[in-house]
Amino acid sequence: MKILVFVKQVPDTDDVKLDPKTGNIMREGVASKLNPLDANAVEAAIQLKEKYGATVCAISMGPPQAEEVLKKALALGCDEAYLLSDRAFGGADTLATSYTLAMAAKKIGGYDLLLFGRHAVDGDTAQTGPATAAQLGIPQITLASSIDVQDGYVICDRVLEDSVQKVRAKLPALVTVTAEINQPRYPKPINIMKALKKPRFVWNAEDLGADKTRTGIPGSPSSTKEVLEPPKRNADTKYFSGSGEEIAAQIADMLHDEHLI
Amino acid sequence: MAKSDYKGIWVFAEQQNGKLNGTVLELLAKSQELKEHTGEEISAVLLGKNVSHLADTLFAYGADKVILVENGALENYSARPYEAALTQVAEKYKPSIILYGATSLGRDLAPRLMVSLNTGLTADAIDLGFDKDEVFYQTTPAYGGSILAHIVILEARPQMATVRPMMFEPIEPRVGAKGEIITETVTVEADPDYEVLETAPKQDTGDSIEGAQVVVAGGRGIKEESDLTALKELAELLGGKLAASRPLVDNGWLPHEKQIGQSGAAIKPKYIFNIAISGSVQYQVGMQNSGCIISINHTKGAPIFDISHYGAVADYRSVVPALVEEIKRRKA
Amino acid sequence: MYKFTEEQLMIRDMVREFTANEIEPRDRAMDENGFDWDLIPKLVDAGLMAIHMPEEYGGGGGDTITSEIVINEIAKGSASIALFLDAHWLAADMILLHGTEEQKKKYVPLCAEGKVFAFGLTESNAGSDAAAIKSVAEKQPDGSYILNGGKAWITNSGIADYYLIMAKTDPTAGNKGISVFIVPKEAEGLTVGKFEKKMGMRGSGTCELSFDNIKLPADSLVGPEGRGFMIAMQALDGARISIGAIASGLMQHAMDKAIKYAKERVTFGKPIYKHQAVGFKFADMAAKIRATDLMIWDTCAMKDSGVRFSTEAAELKLLASRWACEVCDDCIQIHGGNGYSHEFDVERFYRDAKLLEIGEGTSEILRMVISGAVIGR
Repeated sequence: MKILVFVKQVPDTDDVKLDPKTGNIMREGVASKLNPLDANAVEAAIQLKEKYGATVCAISMGPPQAEEVLKKALALGCDEAYLLSDRAFGGADTLATSYTLAMAAKKIGGYDLLLFGRHAVDGDTAQTGPATAAQLGIPQITLASSIDVQDGYVICDRVLEDSVQKVRAKLPALVTVTAEINQPRYPKPINIMKALKKPRFVWNAEDLGADKTRTGIPGSPSSTKEVLEPPKRNADTKYFSGSGEEIAAQIADMLHDEHLI
Repeated sequence: MAKSDYKGIWVFAEQQNGKLNGTVLELLAKSQELKEHTGEEISAVLLGKNVSHLADTLFAYGADKVILVENGALENYSARPYEAALTQVAEKYKPSIILYGATSLGRDLAPRLMVSLNTGLTADAIDLGFDKDEVFYQTTPAYGGSILAHIVILEARPQMATVRPMMFEPIEPRVGAKGEIITETVTVEADPDYEVLETAPKQDTGDSIEGAQVVVAGGRGIKEESDLTALKELAELLGGKLAASRPLVDNGWLPHEKQIGQSGAAIKPKYIFNIAISGSVQYQVGMQNSGCIISINHTKGAPIFDISHYGAVADYRSVVPALVEEIKRRKA
Repeated sequence: MYKFTEEQLMIRDMVREFTANEIEPRDRAMDENGFDWDLIPKLVDAGLMAIHMPEEYGGGGGDTITSEIVINEIAKGSASIALFLDAHWLAADMILLHGTEEQKKKYVPLCAEGKVFAFGLTESNAGSDAAAIKSVAEKQPDGSYILNGGKAWITNSGIADYYLIMAKTDPTAGNKGISVFIVPKEAEGLTVGKFEKKMGMRGSGTCELSFDNIKLPADSLVGPEGRGFMIAMQALDGARISIGAIASGLMQHAMDKAIKYAKERVTFGKPIYKHQAVGFKFADMAAKIRATDLMIWDTCAMKDSGVRFSTEAAELKLLASRWACEVCDDCIQIHGGNGYSHEFDVERFYRDAKLLEIGEGTSEILRMVISGAVIGR
C-alpha cells in the first residue's frame, strides 16, 4: 500500500501579524510548526503502515523552510518526503493548491490512499483535501474520526452535525481526518536521528510538469481584497466592579432582575 | 465567455431525507440583500429524489425560482454524483453566485464544484456584500481571528462561498408565495466506489451546548483544569451547560463538542457567560447572537467586552466561586 | 557560539513540546502528591528513558550532549522529573560502563522499556564521606553474597525496579573495599520505607532502604570486587553535568514565569519590569543561565571525547546550583507577596533548587574536589 500524507507548515501562534498593504501573513520572526491536524493524518498513516505495511510519502507545498515539517513527518515514521517549492506556487488559493498537490500525487504515482488533516489552523478552509480528490477524480471521505483499510476499501467513521456514519470508499481514495481520530505520538529521538538519512526530494513547477497558469497567483481565482479590523459593536457595556464578592452580588442582582434566579 | 454573461444568485438547497437544512433559509434571506444590489433573481437549486414538496418552503423564504434536479442517484448525498449533477446545471445556467451552507455536507461538496467549474470558493464566510467598487466580497476571520478579510473572486464565475450557519435570520415566510419550478434532468450515476454502511443518530450525551438556554464558557485564561468545576457548577445552577473557546479544547480539558466558534459550534443561548475569554473574532462568530452576553476578564481592553452587555474586569477566580455561593444563598 | 547538530535541535524541539504538554502541567500536582506514575509509559513512548544508551541494547543511540539536552528541557517543566531521569541514568550507566555483556543485554533494554533504576550510595550516617558506609555484602562459599545494612536519601527509591547498591565486600579496605550490586525490588529482605517528606523535589521518590540478609547471586556484582567506589565516583561525575542541566532548566522555568508576571503586574503606573530594580534582576538571571549552559555543553564535549572531566563537572554543579537558588530567590522577590503563595509556582522552584546544592555531592565536597585539583593535595 502506498499512502500519501499531505502536511502544511503553519505559524506557531494565534497572534499572527499581517502585512497591512498586501494582507499577507508576515512570517518573519514567527516560529512555525506542523499543522496540528496534519499530525493526526501522519499518525493515521503510520498506524496503517504498522498494521498492514505501507510506504508513506509526506508531501508539503511551501517555501524552503517548510522542509522542517517534512523532517518531522520523517521522524514520525514517514518513509519519503517531497517538498513542492517554487516561486510560481506562491500566493495560491485552494484551487491552485489542490492542482499543485494533485500534480505531485500523479508524479509520485501508484497511490492507494491520500490523507489530509481536516483543515489547517492558519487558513481554516478545509477545502484543499476535497478539492485535491476532485482534481484526481477519486472518492473522498471528509471528517473521518476513525480509519481502517480492508479488501481494497478505506472504511471510516464520520461525525456529522446530528448523526454518525460509517462509510467506505474504494481505493484509491482521499480521507481528511479530525483530531478525534488518534493521539499523535512524539517522534522518538532515535527516529529523529534516522529521519535525516531518509530520501527527501524538492520539486518545482517544471519537475511536476505543472501549467504555471494554474499554480500560485495566476491559478487562484480568489484573493484577499481588503483586511480590516473587526467592527466594534456594543459600546454601552455595563461594567460591574469591586471585590470578587461585590461583583458576584451585582451579577446575581442582574440575574435576579432577569428572573434567571 | 465574459463574466457579465453569468447571471443569478444560487442557493444550494441542502436537504437530507426530504428535510431542508436550516442554512438554506438563512442564505435565502441574505440573498435578498444581494438581489437588491444586483437585481438578479434568486434560485434555489434542489437536488434529491422526491423532494419537489420542498419548493413551496423555498418560495416562501425568498426563492424566485427553484431548479429541481431529481434522480435516483441523488437520493442520498454522495460527493461525486452531487458534483456531477450540480456541475451540469451550473454550466447550463451560468449563475454569477452560488452559496452553500458551511455544513459538513456543504463543505464536502463545494470544493469539488470549485474544481469542476474552475472557479473560486471562499470557505466559511460570516458575511457577504458588495464593496465600494461594486465587487462581491465574502468576509472571513483570518489568522487567529484578530482580523477580518474580504475575499473576492474577480474574474472567475460563478463566485462561490460556503457560509457559516446562524449568521443570518430567515425572512418572515411569504405565505403562499409561488415561483417558477424548473425541472432539470441530469446524467448521473450512483457512485459505485462510495457507500454509507451505517448511519446512526448522534448519541445525545445530554451535554450538548447547542440549544442550551444558558452557557458558561471558559477560555485561554483559565489557569487550571480544576477551575472548570466552578464554571460547571455555575452553569448547572442556572440550568445551563459548560462550554469553552478553542484553547481549552486544544489542550484536552474539554471535548470538541463543547467548543464555541469558527471551528466549533455556533450557538445563540439566552445568556452566555464568557469567563477568561479574550474574544477573538473566531470565537465571537460562534456566540455573537446570544441574547445577553456577560464577560469576566482580567484584561480591560479584551475584545469580548466590545460585544458584551455586562462586563467585569476581574480575576475570574475571585468572582466565579463567589457567584456560585451567592446564587446558592439566594436560592436557599 | 555552541552549535548543536540538526538532529540535536530536532530532539530539543521534540522534548520541549513533550515537556510543555505532558510534564509541566503535572509539576504542581506532583509537589502535593508525589511522583506521577503515568509519566513512565509516556517517557517510554517518547523514547526518552534510555536516549544515550547504545541502540543495540534498545537505547536511543544519542551522545552526552543529547542526553543533557533532554534533562535540560525536562527541567524547564519539572525539576523533579529531570532528577528522576538523572538518577535513573546514573544507576543504569554503571551497568552500561562496567557490567558484563550478559548484564548489559539483560538490564539496558529494561532501562529503555520503563523499568526504573536507582543509585544507592548514601546512608543515614555516611553521605559526603562515602567510604564510611556500613552496608556489607558478605561473599558466600558458592560465590553469592549476603547483603545487610541500609541506605537513605536514595532518589527513585519506592519507584525503582532495580537498585544499584554500594556495599562493603572488604570492611577493612576503606574505599577499596566497596563493590556495586544490582538488587531487584522484589529481593527478599529488601524493605523500602515511606516516602520522605522533603522540602522540594517532591515529585521524585526518596525513601530509606533496609537490607536484611538479602541473598544476591554472583552475577549481581557489577564490575570487579572492590572497584565500587571508583565506579560510583565516575558515575557521579556524569550526574553532576545533569545537575547543571537541571539547574539551567529550572532557572529558565522560573525566569519565564517571572517575566510573564513582571509584564502583567502594574505598580506606579507601569508594568514592574520597567522598574530598574526588577529589570536588572532579569539581566543577572539571563547571564547566569547562559554561563551555566556554556559550562554544560563544554563539559559534555569533554565527556564525549573521553578526557577526564571530574573537576569541570564539579565546577559546573557548584556554580549552577548556587545560581539556581539565587535566580529562584529573585523570582520570588519579583512576585512579591504572590511569590510566597503556593498559587504561584516560584516558591516551589526555590524549594526544588536547594536540593541541587546537596544531592550528588554537596557544594562543600565539590570545593574539595576542585581545590584539590587546582592546588594539589
